[in-house]
Amino acid sequence: MTDEPLLRVSALSKFYGSRVGCDNVSFDLWPGEVLAVVGESGSGKTTLLNCLSTRLLPSSGTASYRMRDGQFRELYRMSEAERRFLMRTDWGFVHQNPADGLRMTVSAGANVGERLMAVGDRHYGKIRATAVDWLSRVEIEEDRIDDEPRAFSGGMRQRLQIARNLVTGPRLVFMDEPTGGLDVSVQARLLDLLRGLVTDLGLAAIVVTHDLAVARLLSQRMMVMKDGRVVESGLTDRVLDDPRAPYTQLLVSSILQV
Amino acid sequence: MYVAVKGGEAAIANAHGLLADRRRGDRSVPALRLDQIVEQLALGVDRVMSEGSLYDRELAALAIVQARGDMIEAIFLVRAYRTTLPRFGYTRPIDTGAMLVERRVSATYKDLPGGQLLGPTFDYTHRLLDPELATGADVAEPLQRAREAEPMPRVSAILAREGLIEPDGKMPQDHIPGDITREPLEFPMARDIRLQALSRGDEGFLLALGYSTQRGYARNHPFVGEIRIGEVELELDIPELPFAVPLGTVRVTECQMVNQFKGSAKAPPQFTRGYGLVFGQSERKAMAMALCDRALRASELGEDVVAAAQDEEFVISHSDNVQATGFVEHLKLPHYVDFQAELDLVRRMRAEYEARENPAKAEETKEAAE
Amino acid sequence: MTAQPTDIATYNFAYLDEQTKRMIRRAILKGIAIPGYQVPFASREMPMPYGWGTGGVQVTASIIGPDDVLKVIDQGADDTTNAVSIRAFFKKVANVTVTTDTATASIIQTRHRIPEHPLTAGQVLVYQVPIPEPLRFLEPRETETRKMHALEEYGLMHVKLYEDIAKHGRIATTYAYPVKVEGRYVMDPSPTPKFDNPKMHRSPALQLFGAGREKRIYAVPPFTDVVSLDFEDHPFEVQTFDQPCALCAAENVYLDEVILDDHGGHMFVCSDTDHCEKRREEGHRGHLAPETHLAPANMEPAQ
Ligand SMILES: Nc1ncnc2c1ncn2[C@@H]1O[C@H](COP(=O)(O)OP(=O)(O)OP(=O)(O)O)[C@@H](O)[C@H]1O
Ligand SMILES: [Mg+2]
Ligand SMILES: [Zn+2]
Repeated sequence: MTDEPLLRVSALSKFYGSRVGCDNVSFDLWPGEVLAVVGESGSGKTTLLNCLSTRLLPSSGTASYRMRDGQFRELYRMSEAERRFLMRTDWGFVHQNPADGLRMTVSAGANVGERLMAVGDRHYGKIRATAVDWLSRVEIEEDRIDDEPRAFSGGMRQRLQIARNLVTGPRLVFMDEPTGGLDVSVQARLLDLLRGLVTDLGLAAIVVTHDLAVARLLSQRMMVMKDGRVVESGLTDRVLDDPRAPYTQLLVSSILQV
Repeated sequence: MYVAVKGGEAAIANAHGLLADRRRGDRSVPALRLDQIVEQLALGVDRVMSEGSLYDRELAALAIVQARGDMIEAIFLVRAYRTTLPRFGYTRPIDTGAMLVERRVSATYKDLPGGQLLGPTFDYTHRLLDPELATGADVAEPLQRAREAEPMPRVSAILAREGLIEPDGKMPQDHIPGDITREPLEFPMARDIRLQALSRGDEGFLLALGYSTQRGYARNHPFVGEIRIGEVELELDIPELPFAVPLGTVRVTECQMVNQFKGSAKAPPQFTRGYGLVFGQSERKAMAMALCDRALRASELGEDVVAAAQDEEFVISHSDNVQATGFVEHLKLPHYVDFQAELDLVRRMRAEYEARENPAKAEETKEAAE
Repeated sequence: MTAQPTDIATYNFAYLDEQTKRMIRRAILKGIAIPGYQVPFASREMPMPYGWGTGGVQVTASIIGPDDVLKVIDQGADDTTNAVSIRAFFKKVANVTVTTDTATASIIQTRHRIPEHPLTAGQVLVYQVPIPEPLRFLEPRETETRKMHALEEYGLMHVKLYEDIAKHGRIATTYAYPVKVEGRYVMDPSPTPKFDNPKMHRSPALQLFGAGREKRIYAVPPFTDVVSLDFEDHPFEVQTFDQPCALCAAENVYLDEVILDDHGGHMFVCSDTDHCEKRREEGHRGHLAPETHLAPANMEPAQ
């Protein structure tokens, strides 16, 4: 880890009319660090993630991102062109529902290759070879490369979505319930895979989940949200083993009882 | 021996000669006069004026004859003519509250100031073919109530007194009303522009979309607040004169739909409105327009866009029947250059396919061909 | 303009009023200033249907002067009915000299082809465009495609080409093949066969594109780079024909297939009728050329 964070978030709030989405959230994210955001349904996890990934503009607060040149840029002051460029190069966004993050009517190869072509790759053979490589890294057979995601299982689609996001070597990936719609055995395999990729690539990630097991497995640090606010944050093992906020204690105990 | 076909010019001239002949039909039947069409096919004339966006009965009647009764062709003729006319200025907004009303019905109140006026309507006619009409029998003079001095406020104004309906709304002070005949459409569009596009939109298209909202594709609980048909004054501001100059009257149909609305993050609970206004007498069109207008306000009112009728780009891009008919019908123009390109590609891909699926056979055919 | 039987409806000289022409010329100038950029313009209803060349007709009507010599082609041919009709329109409303000769025309309005005879400086080629947006069939929304152009987000265009190669082994786009203009805007060259794309590149002629129904005008100024999109290892290629024109023996020209009988007999002839006739006048004979010599291409003077 370097001595400067990758992302600095300060007093971020988002209101939907008078309803709170997220309220006064601040934290730093370090390169290569995985941060889990947990909390019950409606606690503002998705709102926070969407604000951070600039898919949503916050009502107030700032977030600065350290660009590849080492300079911090304030996300909400960037032009749309710059933000969209970041999104398809230096960032990834893994949706809970793969259909939201994939092009369902083009082949798996093109789904993976799209980002490469968007940044100017113009060699079909090389694009295809990279796609094959990434498909194998997410355990999709090479002979499925020309199939459309429609013909894939839920777990395969999610793995394809991950490959599509990682192909440009992003430094930061946002994930909203990446294992949400999958059954338990498929979840376990996907988590394994994700953990491996994140470590190998030195990715920083912000993972939204309501599943404490996912947080435990993937993240080094976690943030617990309730009613839009962060009620507790710290190293994942510490928060899970020694929760301090009453709400976190409730959350942890309710899971352990299962 | 093949010789390239020549003489397109003669062929076209001959075709148009034949068209003129068929248009006239049997010469022993008297030719239609424009005043007959204006008087006796008045609603057809109104539609051509409305969708042709040119208020001129005689020209609309001419277009109908010239188009052999094909309404979209007639609308097209009128449009192509109006586009060449010089623009003198923009009249003041018409005041439909001051309309000389011939028909006015409200579905939301049993009785109301000014009363319900049925006027010349098909409603409650039994749709039985009337052989009398075929004989050209005399028609009795109608009974009409004497014109009353009593004003006929718009239903929207009545509801507005209680604050239960959204007001007419004011455009910003510096807003210059758009003109879809002078500026290209851009999305998203302001409501004034959208209403212009709807007003000249195809009756059938808007009818189907309006109907779809009633069947649950973006349901918005409409009531006919009011439909009124009649004459309104047109006035033009002239810079040199201190008052507006009256230009005459036009006949219009106005429909105000009143829609239940529970309120949203952006607006309090109140009735909202969909608005329809067309030249001449066309309730169906005005009502369909009002349904579509309301549906298209989805984003403005914070509703989810879930159905075709709410999708501004979809509705407005496809509502103009002159555009639609042109592009659909252009498919009959020659496309053989492109077809040749596709033919060549399909042949090559087909050959490759055969070679892959059945190498032996492909080899045989190749040899046979050589 | 011929006299009207009554004065109930009259039309302005040259059909479009001068105000409209000025508006269209402004759009054209903007298009020339930003090569390949689609300029919205307040397209007028024309006396021919949308989809039948109203965009091209408006562009031509706005730039044409009394000294211009106009050629109109459709599918490369001067004698296709719509070309005949548009030519007749301009003869009637602008009283200009019309020709079928590519070299002497000052304005050539075209649908689906670029003439075989190389264009020269000073000539204007006006394309009739049905759908100006090259991204339209990848993204139906105008609001979104305008943004993609503004931000130069053209990855999706290559996704389509990638899919072609993955599925068919080659880029299966044969006409309306997308090009990049002056390294910036991706542009639809109108539904010309891709065979004609190379002719657009650094053409000495001014190329103007009019889409009437879609209300867009765009331009490629003379000597502008027009590059067909492709991959390094699947470079852009044009169609080739196995045989020369059956009438004039021309090679490396675009050919139409003409069905001769219902037993599969066919022949290939130049789609550019002017080019074919010129060659035959010069004495070139294809293997199916008729014995008799065709009448020379006609110049019809203004009346
Ligand atoms: N578009 C919106 N308009 C109004 N309120 C919204 C909107 N999106 C979210 N909210 C509200 O903001 C709050 C936070 O929602 P958010 O989706 O961020 O929660 P979450 O923690 O992701 O929940 P879940 O675990 O169920 O996905 C909720 O009260 C929600 O109702
Ligand atoms: Mg959520
Ligand atoms: Zn030839």
